[in-house]
This record gives sequence, structure tokens and C-alpha cells, in this order.
Amino acid sequence: MEKFQTLHTTGRPLPLENIDTDQIIPARFLKATTREGFGENLFCDWRYNADGSPKADFVLNDPRYAGQVLVAGKNFGCGSSREHAAWALYDAGFRTVISSYFADIFRGNALNTGLLHLQVSDEVLARLLAAIEENPQLELVVDLPSQTLAVPAWGETFSFAIDGYKKECLINGYDDIDFLVNQKSAIEAYEKQRAWTW
Amino acid sequence: MSRTLFDKIWDAHTVRSLEGLDVVYIDRHLIHEVTSPQAFDELAARNLPLFRPSQILATADHNVPTLHQDQPIREPLSRLQVEKLTENCQKYGIELYGLGHERQGIVHVIGPELGLTQPGLTMVCGDSHTSTHGAFGAVAFGIGTSQVAQVMASQCLLLSRPKRMRISVEGELRPGVTAKDLILYIIAQLGTGGATGHFVEYAGSAVRSLSMEGRMTICNMSIEMGARGGLIAPDATTFAYVEGRPFAPKGEAWNDAVSYWQTLYSDDDATFETEYTYQAADITPMITYGTNPGMGIPLTGHVPSEVPASEAESFDKSLKYMGFERGESLLGKQIDYVFIGSCTNSRIEDLRAVAAYVAGKQKADHVAAFIVPGSKQVEQQAIAEGIDKIFAAAGFELREPGCSACLAMNEDKIPAGAYCVATSNRNFEGRQGPGSRTLLASPLVAAITAVQGRIVDITQYLN
Repeated sequence: MEKFQTLHTTGRPLPLENIDTDQIIPARFLKATTREGFGENLFCDWRYNADGSPKADFVLNDPRYAGQVLVAGKNFGCGSSREHAAWALYDAGFRTVISSYFADIFRGNALNTGLLHLQVSDEVLARLLAAIEENPQLELVVDLPSQTLAVPAWGETFSFAIDGYKKECLINGYDDIDFLVNQKSAIEAYEKQRAWTW
Repeated sequence: MSRTLFDKIWDAHTVRSLEGLDVVYIDRHLIHEVTSPQAFDELAARNLPLFRPSQILATADHNVPTLHQDQPIREPLSRLQVEKLTENCQKYGIELYGLGHERQGIVHVIGPELGLTQPGLTMVCGDSHTSTHGAFGAVAFGIGTSQVAQVMASQCLLLSRPKRMRISVEGELRPGVTAKDLILYIIAQLGTGGATGHFVEYAGSAVRSLSMEGRMTICNMSIEMGARGGLIAPDATTFAYVEGRPFAPKGEAWNDAVSYWQTLYSDDDATFETEYTYQAADITPMITYGTNPGMGIPLTGHVPSEVPASEAESFDKSLKYMGFERGESLLGKQIDYVFIGSCTNSRIEDLRAVAAYVAGKQKADHVAAFIVPGSKQVEQQAIAEGIDKIFAAAGFELREPGCSACLAMNEDKIPAGAYCVATSNRNFEGRQGPGSRTLLASPLVAAITAVQGRIVDITQYLN
């Protein structure tokens, strides 16, 4: 997993609520057996017409917007547990998703992919969406070590929450496998003392 | 100290606790062809052994065809995924109930029917509907592929303890109202993110009176309101279902198991962060009108006319996709497809309910109705009971087991623009194929809709 420190970037607005992982990456694209290449089908049915041509009004096809932060409506990533959704966002170049609420499984999948989910209040989200639509060049600074999102044009900085262990993992590019494998003796001891074995 | 059912199981599986995180031991790990290949690659890339292969069970379900399963899979990518699963299971010594095996089926249908799913266990699968197994009083939840690899490597996950929610439904369900209506009602009340961060215990007399199949339907859809999982305290109904199944404890071990399982309930004064209570009498047959499972209404109700301003854009986009308007009734809307299947409603009880209604009737000419059993065993049972003949006579096609048109990874897709009443769990845009329009409902509502060819108030049509 790549290390995550600080991002100086711009945002791409997607002001819809309850964006489910079937929209992020439709099930018909889950047939790959590797982690790579999902980015081209990110938001496929919103992004392309049936003939494969891009839909001009979708944010990812709008040349005004670039940047590594997706700013999306609340309850982002609900539905299916497919980690492919986080892989697709990452593969398409996103490193952070900002929303006012995230689905549980998506949070975990994002962290295991090196993608930061950054939760802000409904009010800040609404301000960000409006400001980015007005000025697609609005600079955003995501700083993981200090757990802050800065909007220099506003002169404002917002702090966000993240579990301390997960933060260290993301900063250093570690994942849970190394940690868990190192717990082997404790796990084996646990298995031996279990009261029931069926 | 008083504890909830969830906490009793979680505590019993905590290997050690760190600051805010627990190393949680996983008893059973179910895998399938879609979310496992990258996890196996992860192990291989790190040169890690598979820690406890005997605690993993594999099946092929998500992208398998539901016709001609005796022949090679025609779609090359699906075939490759299924072959990859077979290779990996052979390499690592994992039991596989693949295509053609008498125990093959949807992962959340075969676990319970084989007796692998038991009270007090922790169970995971790379599939969000793993919450189904909570019906037995197990802590069961869906995980991502990185976590699949973690469980393969260590039989554990590093997790923060979710909050607890209890949802009680009291009283008797009305005629024509099923477990599916009950859970669609609850999700409509809470919304699609209403239980995020929580593990839900379902309680109350209406829940207690449900069969195991009904309880599985309820727990299955916990994720549709964002819950980490859902569970129901085990009782005599649970024990009677598990007893005698292939993986159930036998003899002395059975008695020990039941003694332990009888301790699995929430203590009287246990506290839940959030509690809701509903009355069964308030629940009527439900249907969804929008593009998330929280957008449900009584069959006789109306699409909401007013929504908060912040939700208006998403709401109208959803209605536009579905071809519905604010404030309208769905009664009389013509339907093109009826799909009866998925890990939510493809068990023998569901098929019996459909058969009981359609016996001696005919589906409407313009409706394509197909039934996909949850497992080989359900299929065989249906044939043994003669249900297959009832379906055939009524014009319903009985397919072979798999996830099928619930997520349309195989050939079973609903065409763009067509309306499908489905017994599955998700009505997301494109879920049943690009442009498909899904209305979620119970097997009984689906059966009556197929016969009438349009949305009706089913209480006027009950046998």
C-alpha cells in the first residue's frame, strides 16, 4: 500500500446522496481476478452512454474538474461490500473522498486500499460542493498527520477524525495483515483455551 | 455485568484488545469466486500460508449461469473466475462445493442448510449479505477482499466494536404480511444509512414467531440500512432447525452446544445505544419505488410528494430513473419481469409460498417469471415436493441455483427500461442490468404480481 501524507489538490463534486458501490463499480465489472484496471469503469453507467461515448454532463467527463479528491453527498459507499469500489476510485487517481457520512464497509475497504475517507459536517460539505462548482480550481489541502482539511481561499481549516492505528498504517503504507500475522502466538493460545469446539 | 447478545459473542471471540481495536477471532469463513481471487494472490505475494483451511468453505454462486450448469460456463471471464476458485481451493486444501456439487448454492443459503451456521459463532464472507447468518444468533458480517486475505492469513480481523441497536417488532403480522415486508418497513423507517455504525438485534414477539427462513430474510437486509450486521437470539426454533444437519454437533456435543446456546440472549438490563419499537399491526405488504432499499412504501401507499431540500436532487434523479412521479400510487403499473430468488428469498419456504399461491393459476402473458432456487438442495426439495410442476404449469421457469438476476453478473439480466418485481435485496440503478428498474417485494407479492401482470393490492387477491 502506498504511503499517504499530504495532498495539495482540487476537488471533483458529485452532489448525490447514498451513492452505492454498484454505481461506483457495477457488478458486471467484478470478473477481473486482479486489483488493477477498475478505474476505467468507475461510475460506468453515469459516465458513459450505452454506446461507450462519454456523457458530457458527468463530473468525470467535465474538463473543468481535475484533482484527487472526490466530494460526494452523504452516505457514500453504501450497499455491496465490494472492495473493487475503493480500488476503482484509487485506480482512477482519487486519494481522498470527502462526504458527510460513509458506509461502514466502504470505510474499511478505503483504508485498506490507501484511500482516505474524510468526513465533514453536512454544512461544510454543502459549502465545499457549492464552492467547487463555482471555482473548479479551489485548492484543497488534505494533511493526514495533522488530521486537517484546509481550504486556503477561505482561510479555514477543518479537523477530521480517524482511528490512531489506522492513521499510522496509512501514513506508513502498512496494512493489517502484517499486524495480524504477528499475533500468531496469541491467536493459537486463544484457540487452545476455547470452551467449545463444535 | 449485563451484556447484549452481540457483546457476549464478541467478547468470547476477542483474542486481545488494543486501544479502541479488538483482534476478533473468526470461526467460519465463507468464500466465493468474485471476492476471493485477489485475496489468494495477496497471500501468495507475501509468501504466507493459509492459517486454518478447515475453517473455510467455498462455493461458486455470484456469476454462475442458471441454465445448463452441467456444461462448461460459456462466458469466458466468469469461467476464469470459477476455475481460479477451484485451483485456489485445491492448492490450499479448502472444501469447495462448486458447480455440479449436490451442496452448491448461494453462500448464505448453503451455510445454514448444512448446519455450518450456528449460534454463538463469528462468521465472515466477502459479501455484505453475510448478515443473513445472524438469524441463528451468530455475529456475521460482510468484509472486503483485503479482510478476506487477513482472515486467510490469521483467522482474525482487527475491528472496532460497533454500537448496539435493538429493533423490536411486537404483535402479530397481518394476513399477507411476511418477513420481507417487515424488514422493508423497518428500512423505510430508518433509511438506507439509518443503522450505520451499529450491529442490530431484532427482537419482539413478531420476530420470535418467525421461522428460520423468515429470520434469515430479516437479518439478510440489515446491511440495507447500513448496519454492520443483524442478529436474533437463538431459541427452540433455531435449535430445531440446526439439529441433524450435516455440520451440526452430534450426540453429547449437541447437548453441550444447546446448553451454551441457551445462554445467548441480551440480559434484561443490557443497554443499547439506540432502540426502536414497531407494531406488527402497522405493517402492510410493501414495495419499493426508488433506487435504494429505504425507498419503500405500502403497496397501497403513494410515492412521497415532499422530501427535505437537501435530498431533492437525489430523490428526483431516482424517480426519473424509475419513471415514477412524486405523489403517485403504484397500483395498476404494468410489470415486465418477476424474479424470485437471491440470498434474501430463495429458500424452500419462499418457493412453497409462491407455489401455494400460483397452483392452478397462470402468469400474465406479458410477464416473464423466473425462479432461481438458493441451492441445489432447495432445487431438489422443490422437485421432491412437486413444486417444480406447479411452477411449470403456471408458466414460471425454475432455474438452477445462483445469485442470478439479483446482481446480474451472469446472463440473467433485466433489459433497460423494463420493470421487475424482485424478491432480492437491492433496487440500485442498474443492479439487475444497465437501465433495469427494480421493485423489491416479498415472494407472495412477486407471485401475485406475476399472475396479475401489474401492481395490485395483494390483500384483495390472497387465496
